[in-house]
Amino acid sequence: MDLTIVWAVIIAFAVAMYVVMDGFDLGIGILFPGFTVGKERDQAMNAIAPVWDGNETWLVLGGGGLMAAFPLAYAIILPALYAPLTAMLLGLVFRGVAFEFRWRDPAHRRWWDAGFCGGSLLAAFAQGITLGALLQGIHVDGRAYAGGWWDWLTPFSLLTGLSLVVAYAALGASWLVWKTEGRLHDDARRFASALLPVFLLLTAAVSLATPFLEGQYYQRWFEWPGLIFTLLMPIAYCLTALLAWHGIRRGTDATPFLATLGLFALTLVGLGISIWPDVIPGRVDIWQAAAPEKSQAFMLVGAAILVPVILAYTAWSYWVFRGKVDEEGYH
Amino acid sequence: MADSELALLLARIQFAFTVSFHFIFPAFSIGLASYLAVLEALWLKTGESRYLDLFKYWLKIFAIAFGMGVVSGIVMSYQFGTNWSVFSDKAGPVIGPLMAYEVLTAFFLEAGFLGVMLFGMNKVGKGLHFAATLMVAVGTFISAFWILSVNSWMHTPVGWAMNDVGQFVPEAGWWEIVFNPSFPYRLVHTVIAAYLTTALVVGGVGAWHLLKGRASPHVRTMFSMAMWMAAIVAPVQIFVGDLHGLNTLEHQPAKVMAMEGHFQSHPDGAPLILFGIPDSEAETVHAAIEIPKLSSLILKHDLNAPLDGLDTIAREDRPPVGIVFWSFRIMVGMGMLMLLLGLWSLVARVRKRLYDWPLLHRFALLMGPAGFVAVLAGWVTTEVGRQPWVIYGLLRTKDAVAPIGVPGVAGSLAAFVVTYFLVFGAGTIYILKLMAKPPHPNEEDVADAPIRTAGITPAQALDRDGIHPRPDKQEGAE
Ligand code: HDD
Ligand code: HEM
Ligand code: HEM
Repeated sequence: MDLTIVWAVIIAFAVAMYVVMDGFDLGIGILFPGFTVGKERDQAMNAIAPVWDGNETWLVLGGGGLMAAFPLAYAIILPALYAPLTAMLLGLVFRGVAFEFRWRDPAHRRWWDAGFCGGSLLAAFAQGITLGALLQGIHVDGRAYAGGWWDWLTPFSLLTGLSLVVAYAALGASWLVWKTEGRLHDDARRFASALLPVFLLLTAAVSLATPFLEGQYYQRWFEWPGLIFTLLMPIAYCLTALLAWHGIRRGTDATPFLATLGLFALTLVGLGISIWPDVIPGRVDIWQAAAPEKSQAFMLVGAAILVPVILAYTAWSYWVFRGKVDEEGYH
Repeated sequence: MADSELALLLARIQFAFTVSFHFIFPAFSIGLASYLAVLEALWLKTGESRYLDLFKYWLKIFAIAFGMGVVSGIVMSYQFGTNWSVFSDKAGPVIGPLMAYEVLTAFFLEAGFLGVMLFGMNKVGKGLHFAATLMVAVGTFISAFWILSVNSWMHTPVGWAMNDVGQFVPEAGWWEIVFNPSFPYRLVHTVIAAYLTTALVVGGVGAWHLLKGRASPHVRTMFSMAMWMAAIVAPVQIFVGDLHGLNTLEHQPAKVMAMEGHFQSHPDGAPLILFGIPDSEAETVHAAIEIPKLSSLILKHDLNAPLDGLDTIAREDRPPVGIVFWSFRIMVGMGMLMLLLGLWSLVARVRKRLYDWPLLHRFALLMGPAGFVAVLAGWVTTEVGRQPWVIYGLLRTKDAVAPIGVPGVAGSLAAFVVTYFLVFGAGTIYILKLMAKPPHPNEEDVADAPIRTAGITPAQALDRDGIHPRPDKQEGAE
């Protein structure tokens, strides 16, 4: 079996886990100023406090795994995206400490709330820009990044940045619909129903723009056999979107979140179709970037055993904190 | 200075700055996690509520320190790529898997059980909660295990081959790479350092409250526990440090020469230079106070053993002597003071004056931050002593840096400096504020400290399994 493919799948899985799991808590951060000061904010915070650290660890696995399994890709992508990645890290610092700090210092709680929101917003926007910059192509020379300092900044990357912010916010709102009750729950429903259409529009815009970025994407999507997906994806997308909309309007409290997750999943599949089998689209494929088999095999032993274990205890800790939270915590 | 040199210097400063800040938190939380596990175990065993109160008291502090450790750590895992991309490309196949194991075995474990440890006491019951605390403690240790293995490999690289694109690739078995020659020493020395650091902090807080006349059973218990740690572990640490030094002498002699300030070779017994001002240009130590032949005795266990000096090392392969010389002395000095504190506490115990000897308490208070000082000084010795190599003898630091220009590195460095001082400065203040209040009966949960009216999980009206009595006051409501 080709270990390189296995590792590509594992890393894609880690990134997908990250996007989904940190996605909803970053989203709650982005929406934070929309909640009234006091109980409503406390409740929103409580909905993620016990799990955010675990969610963010998938980011470390994505980055660390990339370095281990595809060191060349790590060594080219990170310098290429120096500015947005630094911004993301700084954003994550602010929002990560806010979980504790806001309770410790009521006099400056507003500041830490602002840090929580600003940090989440910055991190989400920077991640979206990273995605866009990667998709639009990176200049590579030999084994190093060869582009300029501002290459990442284009209208397309700004569009992907904005899209991810809205997407996370929509996911966060639908998580709150599921996990809370009372006023916050109603507010979350309102936010979700306002955000979903914007989210869909922006995703559509990104999807339409992508094939025209590079020859490769165009061929992927508009030539056989990619054409099947080109026809199927929008249908699947519309159906899931309808389900999400129905959930937000009337359905059970879990539906909006699950359906929004479905939208995320479809988007990620779409990305996979565009990029595969490259790590740096159009420049470096997974086999060129791969670490030697000995490194990949050593890690795979660990990953094969540990990833299921991790999923199990992560599920357990979500289970412990299941149910609705109110401003007093869980009950 | 050429642009590329400046960019390199800035990248080094940025790495040193971010990793030093990061390490401050693990140095505390590795020890504190274990201390919390001990406190909870004592409570479960004896049923004495003061252990539970102490547990809850330190848990609140742990929550803040841990959070800062996590966010500063995430920065670290991206620094390798953003600033040291050539290093990542070349060393990734060897050290990458070890770091991946750290994520899989340690970070997820800590993060997965942290929520339950902090907020879950009422949800999962005592037994499971204790298990979660243990998992977090074990996780911090596993984390140290892997990252120190990585770091040690960079000091004593073994088991590698070079492939045709210039990458280090694993050649021998992984066992040999993970347990590279300096790793066992570094692991033991660093983990003990973390325990000592925590013990000194706990002791310092205890001493503060004793000085303030708050000698409650809680305060006494924690002070006494901390002093036992100092008394037992400080000597062990000095012993281990000596072994570590001997190991370094074997593998990185130039580092030891810099630590000792030995510019010249001493064919018949080298002196121990206690203090002095090293001068790399003139290749001498000015105003040196030295004890003849002692260095040979310590390093070779023979008064007259010959010791090579930096004159045997090519100039471009020498580490900067001044920094290494001084940081080493700071660390050793702290170690000696810790030993003194430990011994003094033993005397105080014998004389039954452990809780009413203000001078001892003052000293313990002053020593509160000593662990952090020693730990950072130790790392500076280690890392600066490795220069000019990043992978010792194989890859120079200047050949490992990312192709990022001066404005980029300078800008990010400035952003990190501002953010870290602001954020971690605030965090430190919050920790100090918590410490300024003594632990008391019916200590609040992480979640329902008075300021945290609407805690995170807490505040059920009824306490399901009677794990903790309700705090008698619910002040500070918003
Ligand atoms: C509480 C902290 C603490 C204390 C009291 C000491 N150390 Fe230490 N030392 C460390 C914490 C530390 C450290 C932070 O953990 C280092 C940095 C890297 C490492 O492996 O451990 C270190 C490194 C370090 C090194 C460098 C090894 C290398 O890079 O190859 C030597 C030779 C010693 N130590 C020796 C000593 C001696 C002889 C001590 C006696 C007083 C001592 N240390 C006290
Ligand atoms: C946590 C405690 C640590 C501290 C306080 C520390 C401190 C430092 C310092 C002061 C330097 C700068 C040396 C110089 O440029 O003169 C440095 C360099 C470096 N350290 Fe460490 N270090 C720590 C742990 C680690 C670990 C665990 C690793 C590896 C996994 C590591 C990898 C590096 C690398 C790659 C450099 C390259 C930059 C350079 O050599 O200048 N460090 N560190
Ligand atoms: C350059 C080297 C280092 C890197 C890249 C690094 C990376 C990280 C990362 C990504 C995290 C966050 C994990 C999470 O999401 O939960 C973290 C936390 C942690 N790291 Fe580091 N780390 C480094 C050095 C060290 C050293 C030298 C030690 C200990 C000897 C250490 C011990 C820990 C511990 C115990 C935690 C848990 C959080 C805490 O205790 O504050 N790290 N590190």
